[in-house]
Amino acid sequence: MKHARLVWKNLTRNKRRTILTSLSVAVALFLFAALQSVLTALAASTEVGSESRLITRNATGITFPLPESYTQRLRGVEGVGSVSWANWFGATYIDSRNFFAQFAVDAESYFPMYPEIAIEPAQLEAFMADRSATIVGRGLMEKYGWSLGQTLVLQGTIFPGDWEFVIRGVYEPDNPSFGDETMYFHYDYLYENSGRRATPGWFILELSNPTAATEIAQRIDDDFENSTAPTQTETEKAFQAGFVTMWGNVAFLVRAVGTAVFFAILFVAANTMMMSSRERVGEVAVLKTLGYKDGLLGVLVASEALAISVTGGVIGLAAAAVLLRNNPAVSSILPGYAVLPSTIVQGIVIAIALGLISGFLPARQAARLSVVHALRKVA
Amino acid sequence: MKIPILYNLRSLRARPTSTLATAFGMALVVAVFIGMMALSVGFQAALVKTGSTDNVLVLRRGADSEMTSGISRDVANAIAAYPFVARDAAGQPLVSPETFVVVGMQRRTGGMANVVIRGVSLAAFDVRSGIRITEGRAFRPGSGEIIIGRTLVERLPNTEIGASLQFGGRQWEVVGHFEAGGSSFESEVWGENELFMPVFRGQVFQTIALRMQDPEAFDGVAETLEADPRLGVDAHLERDFYANQGTLLGGLLRFMAVFVAGVMAIGAVFGAINTMYSAVDSRANEIGVLLTLGFKPRSVLASFVVESMMIALVGGLIGCLMALPINGLVTSTTNWNSFSEVAFAFRVTPGLLAAGMSFALIMGLIGGYFPARRAARKPIVEALREVGS
Repeated sequence: MKHARLVWKNLTRNKRRTILTSLSVAVALFLFAALQSVLTALAASTEVGSESRLITRNATGITFPLPESYTQRLRGVEGVGSVSWANWFGATYIDSRNFFAQFAVDAESYFPMYPEIAIEPAQLEAFMADRSATIVGRGLMEKYGWSLGQTLVLQGTIFPGDWEFVIRGVYEPDNPSFGDETMYFHYDYLYENSGRRATPGWFILELSNPTAATEIAQRIDDDFENSTAPTQTETEKAFQAGFVTMWGNVAFLVRAVGTAVFFAILFVAANTMMMSSRERVGEVAVLKTLGYKDGLLGVLVASEALAISVTGGVIGLAAAAVLLRNNPAVSSILPGYAVLPSTIVQGIVIAIALGLISGFLPARQAARLSVVHALRKVA
Repeated sequence: MKIPILYNLRSLRARPTSTLATAFGMALVVAVFIGMMALSVGFQAALVKTGSTDNVLVLRRGADSEMTSGISRDVANAIAAYPFVARDAAGQPLVSPETFVVVGMQRRTGGMANVVIRGVSLAAFDVRSGIRITEGRAFRPGSGEIIIGRTLVERLPNTEIGASLQFGGRQWEVVGHFEAGGSSFESEVWGENELFMPVFRGQVFQTIALRMQDPEAFDGVAETLEADPRLGVDAHLERDFYANQGTLLGGLLRFMAVFVAGVMAIGAVFGAINTMYSAVDSRANEIGVLLTLGFKPRSVLASFVVESMMIALVGGLIGCLMALPINGLVTSTTNWNSFSEVAFAFRVTPGLLAAGMSFALIMGLIGGYFPARRAARKPIVEALREVGS
């Protein structure tokens, strides 16, 4: 520990350089946290899908609906507790840039199946009593400044015309990754006002025994194989995961960019360490003459690099944790976007690696320095 | 008087590690910037190219994608009869009433892809721009034959000519492959509209693509179609319609590119500042000599800024070289308007390379300015005294 003072003196000798290098590491770790959180948020969004619920949809494609008559048949499948259904409404609110998801749901069976959607009982009651009622997420309420009892007009795209809804309830998700920017309304309202054209987009089945999910899903699909609309059934979790893959290879993109950031800052940090050590050749030679061991001198140089890098890393990660929290612009695209503790830990590890690698060359140089040669240079 | 650039060149060569490390830091920033922009540009280009400015795309009023639209046969016939519709040599209207569905298909690599199955009339090959059969032939009407877009062939099994593809409850024989200038049509399966209709969504088309006799007349055409009470349709300029489908995601990607590269650039600029300060400090004596010889402080400032920008120039060039190989690389994402997968190529355009170079030079300018100012302000006496020390 007695050498800590020496390391500290060296660090503060050229304050500007130390600070700038530290800040460039901070920038790198900030970016790492921002990018890695995209991946963790995507992963979390598949986790909100339950494994005890099955989704049955049209095997031809996600945009093809299913006949309403399937409800009864699905209820009869052994192992299936309750059956609900929903449909994608896809209407526009004022302008197509105001995108949010709207689901027409069979409220009586849907909300009991989703404890994730927390609604005050009085509001749920008001919603159930009103055919044109809607329940919207807290995030949507805030984004558009809506209030309870307000009437919304949406322009149908799949189901043409102007649609009026009265906000009767606000839900809060139990998990931020579930998202709070969705609108739910009565399936019956859609059915009646679409000229009875709407049929369920997909069915949600609650299983009495989740461990049999795969087997039940297979049985359902076999059962409907020769019907007018063959089905594809999978756990809600798998269904969600399918949506995430639709973005494309996000993981690869993020890793490629992350690697580039790492190396860019590695060049910056390593270069700084080399510059510092070049300027101190004479001192190292003197220390060696005084009997300092090669190994110790190497360690001193490396600790300096490590200190710069870890300080920068902590600053960058802290900034990310603070600045990227509750960012409404990001969370409406990626619900639950947040810097996780595991990301912070990984970031620290990366900062340590950055410090060690950038300190390696100068440390080795210091350790291998030939005293005679170095002192001659000083003279 | 200006200090010769040769002086800077030699100075840079005197400390190659430091110069290269700084340049590589900047190179990676430039490469990331160009790479991410190439993703955005490629995606938008694929959609923009899908539409032509000579064509009108007609959708049911209020529909925002081909997916959600629906147009009856009567309406299609009424539209084809309008005089502003271009006609081919035989006098047939250049109109393609199309069916559009998105079907889930197994990828070669596993997982499901949402593939557009487009039912067209034979006129579509004249209406839609740049469609070219690269292998095999076009489908024959009434035969249950299909042709496959170029990028789909690589991604889906059973798309070779002579193979048959299963969807909509029956088998379809693949008779040709086609390209469409890199547009999103290359991610689609095409067959005859009349055969797809009963299989999928019944007796209804989704959209009508028509070639205008006079491409300048779009405003009038749209007005006429939208005012016709029999139709109940919206008319879009085809180019604008498809381009709009990409604005949201394209904009998001562009924002990401600027955000990531911008933040990264801060780090690289700090590196450049360090390097240049170190250069200024270790060359205090040289600066003293330059000033004594009568070079103006202004010239010294310019000289060091130029030196920093030379490092940036090297970095920018390396960055461009690193980004070039991704040009043409095919990737895919989803067009969320229709829930369909779109394959597209990264596009490293000359404009992007120029933007990357400018980005590098700005980094060099900022990174060099403060150290250069210090060099220029050094009092001669102090600078020369350092020589003795």
